Amino acid sequence: MEQKKHWQSFGELNQSDAYNKDVKDEFREDLPFVADESKSTSFLEAKAPRRDFLKYLGFSTAAAAAAASCEMPIKKAIPFANKPEDVVPGVSKYYATTYVQDGDVVSVLAKVRDGRPIKIEGNDLSPITKGGTSARVQASVLDLYDTARLRFPTIDGKEVTFEAIDKAVAGAISGPVVVLTSTVTSPSTKATIDQFVAKYPGSRHVTYDAISYSGMLLANEATYGKKAIPSYHFENAKAIVSIGADFLGTWLSPVEFARQYATGKKLDEKNPEMSKHIHFEAVASLTGSNADEKYLHRPSETGAVVAALLSAVNGQAVTLSDAKLKAGVEKAAKALNEHKGAALVVCGSNDVNVQIIVNAINEAIGAGGKTIDWSVTLQTRQGVDADFTQLVGDMNAGSVGTLLVYGANPAYTWYDAAQFKTGLKKVRTTVSFNTKMDETTELCKYVVPDHHYLESWGDAEPVTGHYSFIQPTIYPLFKTRQWQDSLLKWSGATTDYLAFLKTFWSAKVGGETGWDKALQDGVINPAAGVAAGAAFNGGAVAGAVAAAGTAKKGGEVELVLYEKIAIGAGQGAANPWLQELPDPVTRATWDNYVIISPALARTLLHIDLNNGGQADAYEVNPPKKVVKVTVNGKSVELPALIIPGTHPNTIGIAVGYGRSEKMGKSVVGTGKNVFPLASLDGATVNFTNVNVTITATGDKYPVALTQTHSRYDTTQGNRTEVMKELTLAEYKAHPTEIREEREAELKPWGGLEKFESQGTIYPVYDRPGIKWGMSVDLNTCNGCGACVVACTAENNVSVVGKPEVLRGHEMQWLRIDRYFSGDMDNPNVVFQPMMCQHCDNAPCENVCPVAATNHSSEGLNQMTYNRCIGTRYCANNCPYKVRRFNWADYNGSDSFPDNQVGIVNDVVLDMSDDLTRMVLNPDVTVRARGVIEKCSFCVQRLQASKLVAKNDSRPMVDSDIKVACQQACPTNAITFGNANDANSAIAKARVENPNRQFYVLEQLHVLPNVTYMAKVRNLEEEHPAAGAKAEGAGKKEAAAHQ
Amino acid sequence: MISFRRFAKTSLTGTILFLGFSLGTTANAQDGKTLFQTNCAACHAVHKKSTGPALAGVEDRWTDKAKLHAWIKNSAAVLKSGDKYANDLYQEYSKTAMPAFSSLSDGDIDALLAYIKSVPAPGAAVPGAAAAAAPAAEGDNTLLFGILTLILAVVALILLQVNANLKRLSDEREGFAPVEPVPFWRNKAYIAFVTVILFIVGGYLTSKGAMALGRSKDYQPVQPIYYSHKVHAGVNQINCQYCHTGVYQGKQATIPSVNVCMNCHMNINEYKGEKLYNEDGKEVDGTAEIKKLYKYAGFEEGKPWDATKAKPIEWARIHNLPDHVYFNHSQHVKAGQVACQTCHGEIQKMDEVKQFSDLSMGWCINCHRETKVQFKDNGFYSIYEKYHQDLKSGKIDSAKGITVEKIGGTECQKCHY
Repeated sequence: MEQKKHWQSFGELNQSDAYNKDVKDEFREDLPFVADESKSTSFLEAKAPRRDFLKYLGFSTAAAAAAASCEMPIKKAIPFANKPEDVVPGVSKYYATTYVQDGDVVSVLAKVRDGRPIKIEGNDLSPITKGGTSARVQASVLDLYDTARLRFPTIDGKEVTFEAIDKAVAGAISGPVVVLTSTVTSPSTKATIDQFVAKYPGSRHVTYDAISYSGMLLANEATYGKKAIPSYHFENAKAIVSIGADFLGTWLSPVEFARQYATGKKLDEKNPEMSKHIHFEAVASLTGSNADEKYLHRPSETGAVVAALLSAVNGQAVTLSDAKLKAGVEKAAKALNEHKGAALVVCGSNDVNVQIIVNAINEAIGAGGKTIDWSVTLQTRQGVDADFTQLVGDMNAGSVGTLLVYGANPAYTWYDAAQFKTGLKKVRTTVSFNTKMDETTELCKYVVPDHHYLESWGDAEPVTGHYSFIQPTIYPLFKTRQWQDSLLKWSGATTDYLAFLKTFWSAKVGGETGWDKALQDGVINPAAGVAAGAAFNGGAVAGAVAAAGTAKKGGEVELVLYEKIAIGAGQGAANPWLQELPDPVTRATWDNYVIISPALARTLLHIDLNNGGQADAYEVNPPKKVVKVTVNGKSVELPALIIPGTHPNTIGIAVGYGRSEKMGKSVVGTGKNVFPLASLDGATVNFTNVNVTITATGDKYPVALTQTHSRYDTTQGNRTEVMKELTLAEYKAHPTEIREEREAELKPWGGLEKFESQGTIYPVYDRPGIKWGMSVDLNTCNGCGACVVACTAENNVSVVGKPEVLRGHEMQWLRIDRYFSGDMDNPNVVFQPMMCQHCDNAPCENVCPVAATNHSSEGLNQMTYNRCIGTRYCANNCPYKVRRFNWADYNGSDSFPDNQVGIVNDVVLDMSDDLTRMVLNPDVTVRARGVIEKCSFCVQRLQASKLVAKNDSRPMVDSDIKVACQQACPTNAITFGNANDANSAIAKARVENPNRQFYVLEQLHVLPNVTYMAKVRNLEEEHPAAGAKAEGAGKKEAAAHQ
Repeated sequence: MISFRRFAKTSLTGTILFLGFSLGTTANAQDGKTLFQTNCAACHAVHKKSTGPALAGVEDRWTDKAKLHAWIKNSAAVLKSGDKYANDLYQEYSKTAMPAFSSLSDGDIDALLAYIKSVPAPGAAVPGAAAAAAPAAEGDNTLLFGILTLILAVVALILLQVNANLKRLSDEREGFAPVEPVPFWRNKAYIAFVTVILFIVGGYLTSKGAMALGRSKDYQPVQPIYYSHKVHAGVNQINCQYCHTGVYQGKQATIPSVNVCMNCHMNINEYKGEKLYNEDGKEVDGTAEIKKLYKYAGFEEGKPWDATKAKPIEWARIHNLPDHVYFNHSQHVKAGQVACQTCHGEIQKMDEVKQFSDLSMGWCINCHRETKVQFKDNGFYSIYEKYHQDLKSGKIDSAKGITVEKIGGTECQKCHY
């Protein structure tokens, strides 16, 4: 019965006046026109002069008359000259292909509509991702239509033909030649590189990863004799300990790991068992937010923590100065030892010694062959920093004749970019194959832009033996060429890459038919092998432990450079969908910033978050205080965000921002580059720094945070009717707790059973046929945001740009609410996807004066844009705040161009460019200014799936319909279907989970069609101490409410 | 008192006048011919085999009239019952099943059969063509009512005037000061009344006109090639789907590509049929139009055709729906089994195509309200268990059936999303 207090914002935690006023108003600004601005009277007091009225009236009449008297233009209907047999205009086709970016590999299907790829979906046939995707995979289709893509080959920036550049390069290539790439997993590409390198003696191929995993590669070489990364099996692990590895967000292969992790978190009500995840980290991350228990440590303590864990696992004493941390390590060791053979330790450090100790722990807990599989290895990161350092040295020494760059961008991502740039100047011939004018390409003489992956042929091997194929889904938009073609041509081969690829695979897959099948499926999977360990050589462990003991002591403040889910190492920076995706943890868009802890905020910024006024001032005003971070003489000024769950002596900054303006409109003015703050630590790049200085500059800089947008009031306080969370122990002891709590809440209106009919004066309607329903499992949802971008892509949701996000005008139909509970310094975090709940008794519907929003017989809350007049009553009356208003003409859909220019920024204008618009889904209306929009349950997909079933003359089944968010989800947290059909997954999910199921704000009797399943955290305590304390405070407030 | 009575009088006159012109016409009943055109003509001709058999003499071939009705309403059921004649027919026409026409009543079918009987064989002389046209005007009484209303209005006016005169006389006799008579154009009640009427009528016309903006019923643009549907679909009975291949599969029915035209026109290089005339009455040279096609196709007669040389024909688009409307042909033609002619009119009789329906929302909705869902032969609708029960128990009139509206066919997000 007792519930923890969940809070979204500091204002809510403090229950400040500003907060309480704020949640009452959906729209915080007055209407744009006020009669006398100098007096700033409100709109209601403003006088509308008769003359103005007549002016508007006259203009509208004249405009309408003028528009009406125009002659109707003749529209053309142009059929094919020769229609391809399998193409039906207006019917989408799905082609299996593979998302490949700098080593990341995800098997996908591209939805191609009338010749244009418009949406990326996961490929269910891949055993690695099983149909899961990430935000970046979903957004990659927009990169195809990026206006900043390079459109032709150039020499010294001047456009040339392919023949000319081939000739010029052939003459200019001189040895030794170095092919510099990011990780290449493609076997056929490796063969082309080998062929090319063989042609020029003394040449070599260097792999460089922006975010390096050389620490792991070298540690594995030292202990297992293999310079490789094994494949991990989180699904087999009952105890997972992560030391700074953000494996759900950015670490190695997050889509794969998220899926595996979720299998351990899925709760069977009849047999409630879950995996246990203990996380150690310095700066709040997505994975840390999902952990069952989280402990904070300084980056300088990473070695010590890992060493302590090793000795604890081996039953020896733990020596750590921080008592909390020590208890955490002991607990982690206990959990690992309890689940020997079903336990796993991962670590995000790039330090060889730390990774050697981690390997030793994994050996001690029997992970090899169970949760770590050495029989197949993960190939997505292969770069070793020493190789690249060597290359930079060679370049500076003048011993590199030709440098060919593909994928890699060291002029931006290398910690010492200046040295790379000077080296580059000494290379006689420089060629770049990158698709955009990035920082490295800018410095290259010859540029032969590569295709986007959706225009390419190819293959990939993310895990040894698992092949994934790339086939083009659109004819190349520009004069670009696959880089493998260039390599083949320059190595004197007469075949092109497609022929090369076919020959490469033909024999392996069984001729033409096999090849066709491989392309159709998109993947070739090996027979399920038996996981195996590898011979462990513990010789290096003692040395590593000793090295960890003598690690540099940390200073007052330490720094962690981290990757954001959406932006990565900068690959996502030029993609507006990704820039506008709120970071799951910080909920910020369009910028990077310095993450600091509430404790540091008190001393550094003089903001005490427990002080209502100070917290509000910090939270309500977008301008945040700017701090200056100095590392080894290099400094950067960025705004500071206070994020609970960060170590008091550590700050975090995201890499990937501050890119060259030639990358596109969305990088202009967004964030700063912090790669220079990294350092080379022995043989590996270190993305932490143990001693930095941080000072407040006194300036302020606005950050577009969405955390305080779309807040909604909860009448009972504490958000118990919004978010329900339990511990596993609590659940086991009292499984029906949530059900009973709902029963008690609804008692006055007939209880759970009769609530629908007795809680209202409205009649209860019949629902024959279809009733759409959705269920979201908060246990498996990790907040990664893939669904948000998928929704944006599917439903033509507008990008509004930073200035508009600052004003709370973001348009995303689906948002992921972040809730904290417990200790302010190290809170528990829960993510809750929130979209239109499609209430059967919807409060928005009965306030619309023009019935633009109403209910369908299938349970959809329908929004009709062409009927909407923009009163926004519906948004104001929506208890969940999921309705979005088109404040400006974000899509350029009005007839008057002046409605965009000067009102929306360049990014938004760029999104309505003719090229970018090719990404729009033709089945979904592009909304005009002045109308409300919201989640439609992907009604276009529902209608299409119904039609497929009708034309086949059969009832609809689950496999017919997947809504965009559900399709994108790597963890299958979202279930959707016809709830009237007892065999559907949604009906089953509701029947099988009666105890965890709840509706948000159920007592309002809005009868939502979205059910949530309560979060269960794997903790032994029934009521965490910190939670209980906050709960007492909550009760007081609740009492005060009444 | 006086003024009140005068007001009553004037309003009475006004009301009568108003009623006079508000009488409208009523809709005509469907006759056999239209039924034939909308439901049968896609696959049947009266005197010629096409997708289905020629229908002349159908009543003689089916000895049992009830069975013929059953066959038309639901051919699949008759086939299932094992009727020999039906099954032979099915085999003969390469197992092309006739769609169910459950929406046709017995009366409709009788009208249809009567029409089929009445169509003369192409060779035979048309007996009494002129005589048949005689009773056309019957049943339209609008004019009669109009005249009647006018006479009554005049009588009422005269009576009112007489009444007013008598009143004045009696007033004079009784010594009341005579009231200065007000001419009707300065009578405030008249003015007010006329203003209100004008406002209502004007408003009605304005809004109706505004609603019709952008609608283009009867739109008939000049096309790059004079393509006659009459020649192709009417005279030569080519199935619609032969060219409009997408109609069962997707959103668009699709306009055929040049290679589809060339399938036949590789051999058919001159036009020998009846003379063709365009809208202006000028004669069109069919053979010259075929040559135009050859030009687009890059085809030279006597030489093998290289399809890659074809260029698309830029037709002027006739049927335009606004962008915020989602319309899907397969939903209507395949799932809904609606005949092409229902929306496109008697396309097989049009030389140049024109827009038959106004394609307004009211027009769409109206059809959704009246059309029955093809419940019987579509497994998809098995989910509407409740309606099936209601139909069985008689709660829902089975003659009326389940309309598209009943299963949500008039909801916004069925077409707007």
